[in-house]
Amino acid sequence: MMIMEDAKKLKRLVKSVWVFNWFNSCGFTEILPVVGSRWDMERFGMIPVASPRHADCLIIAGYQTEKSIRRAQRIYRQMPKPAVVIGLGSCSMSGGMYWDSYNTIKRLSDYIPVDLYIPGCPPRPEAIFGGIMKIVQKVKGNG
Amino acid sequence: MIMRVLLAMAVPVAGILIGLLYKGIDRILAARMQGRVGPPVVQPFRDVRKLLVKENIVPDDAVGWLFGSMPFIALVSVMAILLYLPLGVAPVLEGYGDLILVLYLLIIPSLALVLGGFASSSPYASVGGQREMVKMMSYEFPLAIAVISVAWLLYSSGAGNVFSLSVISGTPVWGLAGIPGLAGLALIFLCLLFVIPGELGRVPFDVSEADSEIAGGIFAEYSGRNLALFYLADAVKAVAMASLAVALFLPYTVSGIFGLGGAAAPAADFLFHLLKVFLVLFVSSTVMRVVTGRLAISRVVSVYWKYPVILSFLGLLLIMGGTLV
Repeated sequence: MMIMEDAKKLKRLVKSVWVFNWFNSCGFTEILPVVGSRWDMERFGMIPVASPRHADCLIIAGYQTEKSIRRAQRIYRQMPKPAVVIGLGSCSMSGGMYWDSYNTIKRLSDYIPVDLYIPGCPPRPEAIFGGIMKIVQKVKGNG
Repeated sequence: MIMRVLLAMAVPVAGILIGLLYKGIDRILAARMQGRVGPPVVQPFRDVRKLLVKENIVPDDAVGWLFGSMPFIALVSVMAILLYLPLGVAPVLEGYGDLILVLYLLIIPSLALVLGGFASSSPYASVGGQREMVKMMSYEFPLAIAVISVAWLLYSSGAGNVFSLSVISGTPVWGLAGIPGLAGLALIFLCLLFVIPGELGRVPFDVSEADSEIAGGIFAEYSGRNLALFYLADAVKAVAMASLAVALFLPYTVSGIFGLGGAAAPAADFLFHLLKVFLVLFVSSTVMRVVTGRLAISRVVSVYWKYPVILSFLGLLLIMGGTLV
C-alpha cells in the first residue's frame, strides 16, 4: 500500500488534505454537514476541491456501477500522487443493500487501490473524522 | 546601492509571507463569520508546503513550455509590482517606475492565467481563460477612471510628476479637494474597493475559477509545484493590489505623529501600512466573499460597466468640477 512509501511527503500531506468527492449515492447528502459549519472539516485543513488535479484524497461514496467505476478510475489516474482513496459507506465495501444487483461493484478495492474503508449506511460525520484520524496516526507512526 | 539590492530581494519574500499570512487570517475570519472555527492561521503555508511535494502533472496535449512558464511569470510579475509600490516607506525602486507601469504589471498575472489556461488543453481551462479575459475587460475601466481622477486632482494642485508613486503617496488626495471633490473621492474609493475582488478573482467575481461550474476553470489542469506558484502569486497580488489602493487613497504615516526617528520610523510606517492593507483586504475581499455568492458570467460585465463606471464617472466629474470652480 502507498501509505508505506514516501512517509515524508505524506507527513506534509496530512496537514492539508484537499478532498475530491466522487459521490453518486446518499453519501453525498450525508457528508455535506462535514463541510458545513457544524463539523467544519476546514479546522483540519481539509477543503473540498473541484478538480482531481488539486486533490490529495478521493472519497468514493456509495455503490459504484459498472459504468461509473470507469469514471472513478479515470479520476484516480488524474490525481497527482501521493494520493489517498477512501471508500465511504457499506456499499463501497460489500455492495450494501444492492449486493445482489447484476450491475453493482461489490468490492471497491478490486478496481481502485483503496486505503481506507469507513463503514456505515451512511457513516456519521464523526466516523469520517475518525477514519481520517486513523490515516493521520498511521502516517505519523511511520515517521 | 547594496542596501537597495538587499531590499529588492527582501521585499518580494516579505510580500509572499504577508500574502500567505493574510490568506490565513482571511480564512479564519470568513469561517468565524459563517459560524465555523476555521483553519489554523498557518494553513496557507502548509498548503504550499504540501503542493511543493506533490506530483507536477503536465497534460499530454498541453503546450508544455507555455503551461510550465506561466506560473513563474505570474509570480515574478506580482513580486515586481511590490518593488515599485510604496509600502509605508519609499518604494525600493524609487524613481524608476510610475503608476502606469504598475497598472500594466497588474495585468500580467491575469494574462498569465489566461495563457496558462489556454495552454493546458482542457475545455474547462479554456472556458475559464475566456471568462478571465471578459472579467479583465470589465474591471479595468473603473480602475482606470479611479487612477485618472487621482492624477487629475494632483495635477490641478500643482504636484510634480503626478504619475510618480512617491508623489502620490507623499500628498494625500483628501487634503486637496473641496467638498464636491471629497464626495467624488469617496465615490471613487468605493469603486476601487469594488474593483479589488474582481482583480483578485475573489468570490462574487470568481467566474474564471468557478469550482462548481467549470471545475477550477483556469487551474483545472494545474497541480503540484505549478499550482503552488499560482497560489503564491494570488497571495502576493492581494498585497500588491491593496497596497496600490492604500498608496492612492490612504497614504498616511504614523512616524511623524509619534515623533519616531532613526530605524523605528520606517518600521512603524511599514507596520501601519500592513494594517491598512489588511483593512482594505478585509472590507473588499473577506467580507465581500462571505456576504455574496458568485455572479453569473453574463452579469459580471454588466455589474462592472453599470454601477462602478457610472459612480466613478460621477466622482471624476465632481473632482474636476471642484478643481475648476
